[in-house]
Amino acid sequence: MSSEFILLLPLIIVGVMSVISILVDAINPNSKNSGYYLSIVSIVAVGGFALNNFYLNISGINLDGANLITSNMLSFGGFSAFFDLLFSIGALLIVLNARNYLDTVKTELNEFYNLVLYALAGMMVMAHSNHLLTLFIGIELMSITFYIMAGYFRFASQSVEASLKYFLLGAFSTGFLVYGMAMLYGSTGSMFFPEITVAIVSGSANNAYLMFGAALMIMGLSFKSSAFPFHQWAPDVYSGAPTVVTSFMSTAGKAAALSAFIIIAKTIIPMGFDPTGLESAVNTDKLITAIAAISALTMLVGNITALVQKNVKRMLAYSSVAHAGYMLMGIVANTAAGWSALMFYAVVYTFMQIGAFIIVGLLERDTDKNLEYDDYAGLSKRQPALAAIMALFMFSLAGIPPMAGFFGKYYLFMSVINTGHLWLALIAVVSSIISVVFYIGLIVKMYFTDSEDVEGESLPWNASRMLVFVTSAVVLIIGLNPGGMLSFIKSAL
Amino acid sequence: MIESIPLEYYLILSGTIFAIGSVGVLTRRNAIIIFMCIELMLNAVNISLVAFSSFLGDSSGQIFVFFVMAVAAAEAAIGLAIVLALFRNKRTIYVDEINLLKW
Repeated sequence: MSSEFILLLPLIIVGVMSVISILVDAINPNSKNSGYYLSIVSIVAVGGFALNNFYLNISGINLDGANLITSNMLSFGGFSAFFDLLFSIGALLIVLNARNYLDTVKTELNEFYNLVLYALAGMMVMAHSNHLLTLFIGIELMSITFYIMAGYFRFASQSVEASLKYFLLGAFSTGFLVYGMAMLYGSTGSMFFPEITVAIVSGSANNAYLMFGAALMIMGLSFKSSAFPFHQWAPDVYSGAPTVVTSFMSTAGKAAALSAFIIIAKTIIPMGFDPTGLESAVNTDKLITAIAAISALTMLVGNITALVQKNVKRMLAYSSVAHAGYMLMGIVANTAAGWSALMFYAVVYTFMQIGAFIIVGLLERDTDKNLEYDDYAGLSKRQPALAAIMALFMFSLAGIPPMAGFFGKYYLFMSVINTGHLWLALIAVVSSIISVVFYIGLIVKMYFTDSEDVEGESLPWNASRMLVFVTSAVVLIIGLNPGGMLSFIKSAL
Repeated sequence: MIESIPLEYYLILSGTIFAIGSVGVLTRRNAIIIFMCIELMLNAVNISLVAFSSFLGDSSGQIFVFFVMAVAAAEAAIGLAIVLALFRNKRTIYVDEINLLKW
């Protein structure tokens, strides 16, 4: 088997298996387990081959063969292998958690696991994209799947409403994204990212179309990563969608949007490019300031609105907006250090956010009950282990020092300070301090507020509770050895 | 030989239709009409893509259009299904009448 073929395997497996699993479900509709086990097997295979590709890339293998098989429309390297691995870990956590969650609300269907595979395929194509067409198809495959997943509880009006909102606003933003792509193409005359960069650096690109197209693409991608001012959909959709879907959309989905953001930023804002002296001065570096402003406003708005929330799921939704703002700092830095800091934070964020959502899902009743802050009062007496781990995730999300979240923020802050955006780092510090209020507020509620029902129901010992321990262990381990994780990521770039 | 229409004319047409579509999305209240406006936006982009493709003498823009149309068709299928699910739940498709979540 040639090495080119091995590099293609993660994409082939996820594409083929998503089709096969829907066929299996059509042939054998009464099977309760086929979708679940098929998706677990394929996700594990995808993750395994992605890890293999990651190490193949470190070992210095020539990847041009694999790029050529796909006519250079997809790129295969450490960057995409890393994101393949991250997405498949996220998808695996979701699938394992979904079984218990969907079982409690009696809506487990094989389609759910199928949709996870489709979304995973879309995300992976985004991280692999090397051409505007593949980027577009990846984004749409992921988004359309998310529209369906948000409305998964089709008999609950809240879920369907979230789905409609996500769909209308998502399709609206797709219009801007495609318009931006058309302008980029018209300006540079190519759809391949390396050729676009060459056209920009050589000054042959049409400046007006380029700036217009780049601005539209940044708008479209800001929507997909729920950044200000296109974040309005996020809290509604995240709190209306089933909790297990929310945990997928707000972690792996956001990481995918940011991976596409990195690819586009690399393409239209070439690193170390000095436009002075060119005939048609292409000032794409001005866009860095725009992205910095988006990043600053996103974290401020996300954290300030999260302060006033009474619902834990909605609070986590707003905090997820704020975290998109932190991660955008890595794109503002526009250096390898910035990107690796973003990737580090994406890993940490995936684990802590999914972990927190699994706990929310375990405590949730009747799809949307038991989610208020007051319902968490006295949780430390009723569920000591869950309360302690929830506190750990909150400390990590807030960025309290020994936790992994702190190191993620530290690397991001350093990357923007080193590229001369001190003001952005200061805003980030201020908004982190604001965020401590509501994260610690939940801990205070759990530990220092008494509630009437001291007994509490006993939760069954199932896969979701195991996952809570697994995710918290990963957050602790990354927190204890952040350097190891960072050097692992840096070897990808 | 006929003098060809300049590129800018196509872009102005495309930009105008795109603007009409986006204004429609922001002002209309019926979910299906909002969705039709979104389709209008995507088709406006298709005009730009074809115009650029023709003026650059490069076919990839026209191929992109086919993919945009295919994705728009997939979006239509999903979107109408979601609207139907909403109608079954709430007996309305007007976006200002659905307010369980803050819009």
